[in-house]
Parts: sequence; structure tokens; C-alpha cells
Amino acid sequence: MTLFYLFAAIAVLASLLVVAQHNPVYSVMLLIASFGALSGLYVLLDAPFVAVIQIIVYAGAIMVLFLFVVMLLNAPREDTDYDIRVHPLFRRGPLWFGAALAVCLAAELAWALGATRMRSGFPAAQMVSVETLGHRLFTDYAFQFEVTSVLILVAMIGAVIMARHDEPGGKQ
Amino acid sequence: MFPVIVGQIGLLLVVWFALQISAAVCVYCERKWAAYLQQRVGPTRVGYAGLLQPLADIVKLMFKENLRPKGADPFLFYLAPVISATACFAAFAVVPFGGETTLFGLLDAPMRLQVADVNVAVLVVFAIASMGIYGIVLAGWSSNSKYSLLGGLRASAQMISYELSYALSLVGVIILANSMSLADIVEKQSHVWYIVLQPLGFLIYLTAGIAETNRAPFDFPEAEQELVAGYHTEYSSMPFALFFLAEYVNMVTVSAVATSLFLGGWLLPGINTGGWGWMVFLAKVFVLLFLYIWIRWTLPRYRYDQLMAFGWKFLLPAAVINLLVTAAAVLYLGV
Repeated sequence: MTLFYLFAAIAVLASLLVVAQHNPVYSVMLLIASFGALSGLYVLLDAPFVAVIQIIVYAGAIMVLFLFVVMLLNAPREDTDYDIRVHPLFRRGPLWFGAALAVCLAAELAWALGATRMRSGFPAAQMVSVETLGHRLFTDYAFQFEVTSVLILVAMIGAVIMARHDEPGGKQ
Repeated sequence: MFPVIVGQIGLLLVVWFALQISAAVCVYCERKWAAYLQQRVGPTRVGYAGLLQPLADIVKLMFKENLRPKGADPFLFYLAPVISATACFAAFAVVPFGGETTLFGLLDAPMRLQVADVNVAVLVVFAIASMGIYGIVLAGWSSNSKYSLLGGLRASAQMISYELSYALSLVGVIILANSMSLADIVEKQSHVWYIVLQPLGFLIYLTAGIAETNRAPFDFPEAEQELVAGYHTEYSSMPFALFFLAEYVNMVTVSAVATSLFLGGWLLPGINTGGWGWMVFLAKVFVLLFLYIWIRWTLPRYRYDQLMAFGWKFLLPAAVINLLVTAAAVLYLGV
């Protein structure tokens, strides 16, 4: 459980710091640290495959794209109408919206804790091997898997159409 | 005699130092072979046939002044080379380089010559390789220099384009071996190396591997003629040495993984290598490293749009076709 608290603390702390940065590059790096801690939690849950995929897909591929965009825009500071001396977390808009979200989260957590009995330790994971995972994914969860695939395909086609510049009278 | 844990710790230290030395050897070989390929003689002054040249280089780098450009981000500027160097060493941890051994009776129980046996080893190599890219990208961004920034941007675009083919080229091997542990994959190749069954996969892996390690003909992040030195333009002294070290250790790691996946690791078909498996492994890695250096000093650099077109329009479809054919063959022929 020590390791759980360590990883959980890193994940929570890093996530909090993500929104508290002036510099978007630091935010990206802290988000990567947070993903790393989440991956540690997956290892503790006996799911090494999910842990490694978390690193490859989220920390490795998606965050490289984030960093790429941040660097390409080369925005060293956030563009803002607010007083730069006030920390981003303590400005009026974020403060009210954040407070509302925090109340929602606290209510949900209380409800979730009340609905499920507290269990000691970790539940035994049934996703140890890649084979089991693949088998479950393509039998029990086949419908959800296919729906997700279609969703990603739609997003891909949308991105291609938005990125394409139609030249009037130009070649296809 | 000694418990296995002593062997494990010893192995860890040996691998750590061996990787550092391998980088020095690579630098020497690269300079020497490059010289021969260009009808020069290369380093000859320091030590016999210039053998001590890498040591002289290291001493020189240590005593150089460490400069940081004005306006560079101080934290990320020094974090970047550390990320690069850490990632390249960490990836080697899951590579097995010998069978189970008791080290000539020194240990109580047999131990595998591998720092960490993970059942998803192939994916761990990828995960760590994909972390190494942050060193280059952050170096490019934090240097506050246009050449560095362009180098970093090129590196991230190149990585994204080639990581897909890199990963897909290995899925064929994983399907054939029915395992993701590198040790298992090597042991499955006791009769036939996977290079015979997966020639296309091997070629794709090698090509994408060159792009991953940023070497010519795909060395755009540091293209000298256009970007001075790309992402490490502003680095000097030991931070620069860390980038240099990372580049060569990465080469060794990519070659070692290729050896395990396609060339049968420490095994020779039909011959019992016994306690000398690690020598066989080293010889195979050395051949691949020679191939790398040979390619670098033979082929000219591509153009950037050619690199992107090659990655997306040729390498990726080839990797997908290779995967489909392999899967179909395993399914219907039961190879």
C-alpha cells in the first residue's frame, strides 16, 4: 500500500501542478509525470500490459503531439486578459468554475464510497496476460470496441477534411 | 557460493559499465571506419592506432566550459540531456544477452543474463524509447535558439511518423513466437532465426531503427548543413557528452533488440554455445553496428518531405501488409 500512496500522491500532485503552470511546456511535462504515476498504479493492479500501453500511447505518442503543438505555436506564456500577477488558479472565472466542479466531484465520491463496500487491498485482476485481455476485448466487449473504432474513424475523416485545402479548379 | 541477488547486482553494474564502454568503442569504430570509407586513416596519434582517442575526447569534454545561452530555460535545459541518457540505458534492462548460467559455479542457482525479465519486454523497449524523444524535443525548445527549435520539431515529427512502422514490424515476430518476453522469443529461435521467416519485418525494423536513432540518412534533427547541429547546437561540455552517449547507446540498444528478435540472440542453430552465448550475442550486435555505420557513411541524407513520404506511404503500408500476411500464415498454416 505504501507504493499505492506514493504513486497516487505523485499523480494527484502532478495533475494539480499541470493547471498551476504559467508555461505550457511545464504543464505538458507534469502531465507526463502524472501519466507515469498512473502507469505505476496499473502495475500494482497486476496489469503490466495496460501500464506499458499507457506509457506508449499517452505519455509517448499523444504528449509528443501536445508538445509539438506547444512548440510550434511557441507560446512561452499564456495569452490572457487577466492581471498577470494573479496566479491562474486564483482568478475569478477559474475559481468559481473550479469550485463548482470540486463540489460535484466531492458529491460523486461520497456517493461512490457509500454505494460500494470498502475492500481491503486490491481486487484480483483478471487481465494479467495479453491473451486474456485480447480475448475479452473481442468477445465480451466486441460491440464497445467496434463503436470506439467507428468513432476514431469519424474523427480521422473529420480531421482530414478540416486540414485539406481545396484549391479552386486545382488538381485533386 | 553466492546467492543469486549478488549475481543480479553484479550483472547490473557490468551492463552499466559495458554500455558506457560500448559507446566509446562505437565512437572509435565510427571514426576509424568512416575514415577508411573516405580513404583517410582516421585517429592515429593517441595510443596505438588511435585506440585511446575516445578517452582523450571524454577528458576534453569534461574540462570544457559549460555554457548556457541567455534566455534558455535553466531547469529544462539541464533536464533534457538527463532524460536522453536515462532512457537509453533503461531500455537495455529488458534485453537478454545469454542463457541461464551459474557463472562457472559461483552462484547457488542459475541466473539468466538479463537485468529484468518482464513478460511485456518488447513493449517496455518501446515505452522507454518513446520517452527518450522528450530529451531531444525539450533540448530543442529550452535552448532558446532557432536551430535547436527546428531540430526538436523535426525530431518529434520524425518520431511520430516512424514509431508506427517500428512497432508494427515487431508484431509479426510476436505472433510467431506467441510471447512478448524477449527471452522467450530468443529461445523460440533455436532452429530457425526469425530473419528467415520475417525478412520484410527485419528490413522495416532496421530502417525505422535508423530513423529512431536519428542517424544518416535520416539525421534531420541534427542536419549539420541546415541546422548547425540541430537540437544540441547550444550544448557544450558534459550535457553535450550525455547527448552523444545517448545516441551511441541507443544504437547499441536498437541493435541488441534486433539481435534478440530476428537473429536468434545468443543462440546459433545446431551448435550448443554453452557458457559462451554472450560472445555470440556480442558478435551479432557488432555486425549490426557495423551495418549502421556503413549505411551512415555511404548514403546521403534524404530531403525532409521524402523522409515523410517514405515513412507514411511506403514503410507503413509495407509493415501492415507484413503483419496481415504473417497473421494469415500463422492462422491457416499453423507455422
